[in-house]
Amino acid sequence: MSGITAERAVPDRPSRADSYLTVETGLASWLLTTDHKRIALLYMAAITVFFFVGGAGAVAMRIELFTPQADLLSADAYNRAFTFHGVIMVWFFLIPSIPVILGNFLLPLMIGARDLAFPRLNLISWYIFIAAGALAAYTLLAGGVDTGWTFYTPLSTAFANGHVLAAATAVFVAGFSTIASAVNFIVTTHLLRAPGLTWFRLPLFVWALYATSVVMVLATPVLAMVLLLIFAERAFGIPIFDPLRGGDPVLFQHLFWFYSHPAVYIMILPSFGVISELVTCYARRRVFGYSFMVYAILWISLVGFLVWGHHMFVSGQSVFASLAFSLLSFVVAVPSAIKVFNWTATLYRGQIVFDAPMIYALGFIGLFTIGGLTGLFLASVPVDVHVTDTYFVVAHFHYIMVGGAVSAFYGGLTFWWPKMTGRLYPEGWARFAAVMMFFGFGFTFFPMFIMGFLGMPRRYHVYPEEFQVWHVLASAGAVILAAAYLLPMGYFAWSLVWGRRASANPWDATGLEWQTSSPPPRENFLVSPAVDRGPYDYHPAHTGPPSMEREPHRPQGGQA
Amino acid sequence: MSGAAAREATLQKPWRSLRREREAVSFGTWVFVASEAMFFAGPLLAYAAYRSLWPEAFAAAGRETDIVYGTVNTALLLTSSLTMAAAAEGARARLRRLTLTCLAATAALGLAFLVVKGFEYREDIHKHLIPGAGFRLDMPPAQLFFAFYWLLTGVHALHLSIGIGITVTLLIQAWHGSRPLPSPAFEGAGLYWHFVDLVWIFLYPLLYLMGRS
Amino acid sequence: MNRFSLWPQAASEQAARVDLLFIGLLVISGAILLLVAGLLLVFCLRYRRGSSAPRGLLPGFLRRDVEIGWTTGTLFLALFLFWWAGATQLRAKDPPAGALEIHVAAKQWMWKARHPNGAREINALHVPRGEAVRLVMTSQDVIHSFFVPAFRLKQDVIPGRFTEMWFRATEPGEYRLFCAEFCGTDHARMGGTVTVMQPEDYARWAAAQPQEENLAEEGARLFTALGCSGCHAPASAVHAPLLAGAYGRMVHLADGRTIRADEAYIRDSILQPKRDVVAGFEPIMPSFEGLVDQGDLQRLVAYVQSLRGEAAR
Repeated sequence: MSGITAERAVPDRPSRADSYLTVETGLASWLLTTDHKRIALLYMAAITVFFFVGGAGAVAMRIELFTPQADLLSADAYNRAFTFHGVIMVWFFLIPSIPVILGNFLLPLMIGARDLAFPRLNLISWYIFIAAGALAAYTLLAGGVDTGWTFYTPLSTAFANGHVLAAATAVFVAGFSTIASAVNFIVTTHLLRAPGLTWFRLPLFVWALYATSVVMVLATPVLAMVLLLIFAERAFGIPIFDPLRGGDPVLFQHLFWFYSHPAVYIMILPSFGVISELVTCYARRRVFGYSFMVYAILWISLVGFLVWGHHMFVSGQSVFASLAFSLLSFVVAVPSAIKVFNWTATLYRGQIVFDAPMIYALGFIGLFTIGGLTGLFLASVPVDVHVTDTYFVVAHFHYIMVGGAVSAFYGGLTFWWPKMTGRLYPEGWARFAAVMMFFGFGFTFFPMFIMGFLGMPRRYHVYPEEFQVWHVLASAGAVILAAAYLLPMGYFAWSLVWGRRASANPWDATGLEWQTSSPPPRENFLVSPAVDRGPYDYHPAHTGPPSMEREPHRPQGGQA
Repeated sequence: MSGAAAREATLQKPWRSLRREREAVSFGTWVFVASEAMFFAGPLLAYAAYRSLWPEAFAAAGRETDIVYGTVNTALLLTSSLTMAAAAEGARARLRRLTLTCLAATAALGLAFLVVKGFEYREDIHKHLIPGAGFRLDMPPAQLFFAFYWLLTGVHALHLSIGIGITVTLLIQAWHGSRPLPSPAFEGAGLYWHFVDLVWIFLYPLLYLMGRS
Repeated sequence: MNRFSLWPQAASEQAARVDLLFIGLLVISGAILLLVAGLLLVFCLRYRRGSSAPRGLLPGFLRRDVEIGWTTGTLFLALFLFWWAGATQLRAKDPPAGALEIHVAAKQWMWKARHPNGAREINALHVPRGEAVRLVMTSQDVIHSFFVPAFRLKQDVIPGRFTEMWFRATEPGEYRLFCAEFCGTDHARMGGTVTVMQPEDYARWAAAQPQEENLAEEGARLFTALGCSGCHAPASAVHAPLLAGAYGRMVHLADGRTIRADEAYIRDSILQPKRDVVAGFEPIMPSFEGLVDQGDLQRLVAYVQSLRGEAAR
């Protein structure tokens, strides 16, 4: 079986009766579908709405912070705005976005399966997500919640006057959706790989999804339980963290961060996978150190469970506990550094094309490196004592979550857009948006490092005048950033109608997902594919890529 | 052959063989059980932390629980695990009568557990064992113990109710024949049931025996 | 509090150490960032599509050795940074003996401080330059965080327990005090000023404050009112440990352990007396959990601390 001939046998476009987009029509065929590709699109619709809602919170904050006084929002309104921004962005955008949109769509395609292991569970998890979203929307409409996304007790249990119960329930319910998807992904990866697709032939995006799912399965239930405890204490007066009755508010922080630190890796690991796919495709070079990349992902997801205490250096925990968590936090930085070095080395002797997804990927590497390096500052106990709970931390995690995960999401969406819709996006606009996102991000968030180090605490709606210059810079950058986020929505929508038709494999990529038509048929592959080599065979083993032509590259497998 | 037809009807979409699908359901349930274990690990850890902080209050509060109800319930639940295991094995061996009987027995034992629990709750309320004003014991941390008591037993009872719901659904489906016996659902439900049972095995000593030694 | 700067004021010994570490981290991470960005730029230019740069097989040493090299390299760098940061932190772990002790109570949304001589302040703290100052803090409602950027110090203030921090101010001046842990509606306005004064100015300032009964004296009254003195007085018939001079000493416990009688121990002994019983005594003391609030606890602890001085005399 020759990969090349197998590829030629694939039609570029499916017939109307085959394409998953048109095989059935009508609203019911979408709302009751068990097709992982359609469910991915359902998720995309829902998550886009949440992205706007969460973004609105950010816009309100940036306008308010333009001046040191309170002018747009009252203290309570500001507190509700940032809480809502955090809750929505963490649980309804960052955690689900890459796994349940790109992952849902691509995981079966990349491993040559017809669907996820439990298609109906997949649909149910979307409905659970929508129910959670409805609760979150109710929370917002009823007046919001003012505890911060961290729900620290006793503020959340006894003192806050917002709708803590509704917000906690929304997040609690969303957790079920996460767990259901994760179980589905794990079982799919274990049991539905195409013949010949051994573990060490898996694309790195699949590895990243797998590791993410494992973290989701083991961490999310702890969040569910801790929210349940908060709920019980606030609603029924069951004392768990009440200091008046011997409870310990700091215990809540331990439980909360035991989830929420791994949650950071839930947000960033899938982006690692996306970036690996993009860099290798547009550098036309096999990914450098594939096995190290895999081990780095696994190492991060394991050690990520052991570093939660670095959020609590000033909580009054023992200095020695702080030092142990500090050591582990430094150790978890090593695999992230390996990944950055390996992406960089993948470019060496490549044949680099600067298409929009590659610009997103390069921007990701730059921003993630800054985010990761400032993580070293925060892992150092004495420095962390100074900058924790300031804008330095805000800048740090936005570099990882927004500069990293959101850039990767946009990059991945751009890259796989032709596969998902069968249409090509306008390349010029997309490059412009990618560059604008990089600079807009830098203008928005770099000043926050400086003002954080100067001592500007987070979650302040009024602030001393000496910080104003930095806030003005950040607010101005946010305008650029907002435009960079909105622009792709415009040209993606445009491309659905007027975009050029995409071929089966417009980027000459090697993954299995490109060895079927664009968009794929309902059953993903007309003939079940078989795999005969590892991923990323962009050039022959004995020599690098040529300077100009894209051939020779070999797909990972084909429809035999 | 009816076996082949049943196999056909059981096989769900992405799967090509029943053996593989069965493996997936069982593996998926195990993964879910791992998740559930972490769910209960949180409050058990908190319980351990508070117990080492307030050993006396916890011991005193532990003596207020009703050991008779607790022990009866332990026996009921352990027996139900036996019948559930028999039901799953029966389904695998296509023994329809055995499967139906054992499923019914499992659901009945689960319901009996909930009834006993209900009596116990009534007595607890009667004895003012709900944390808050008018709590039976003076030591404030004793309320912590009962916070865990209500929470853990409540969440466990909720899990058990879901288990009963699943069992009854399977029972009805097997009765009507709408779910063929080779379906992997029986084994999955069994795994879940055993897990809920196992949680109780942890709760029983922590809530009833502790403080009585 | 100047209008524009890139570096925060530094006014404590700890600030100098943190700044040194911060500069070190800046240099190291700046170098790594330059390396990565430089490599990205060079590779992107040199190996862009259509360039004539030679491509081909990667040199043999690049395949595995380099990977292992930079893995161990970053690991050792990480361990070095950990050692540096950890050593810096440990150096400042314990306050020196005889530090000036100020009690701080936080509530939504104000800071209250009480000096050893009974002087009270709200949203302000006056401290002498060059003297070690130890803050013993607790909260009356939610978690707050005492943050003085110029000292590079921050410590959460938690209901139901005492937390402490200490510093030695080096520069006279006025510095900002913030609450750094989100604490509800007016979190952003929960701040104040820390004033560092020359020691003689501080003494003058403290003497000029309205003289109220200080914490320890209030604690002494509580000590009698709650009946503590019935057992802990020297002439008492009940066999209970004497508290004069107990504070700060190492105490042998009935179960063989040894523990330092610090604030936390005194507090625990009031709330759960049967946990750490002093060797040679019966566990007969009742718990005062629920009978004393946070303020009372602070007063009682201050009283027991004050007994240290009497024993020395």
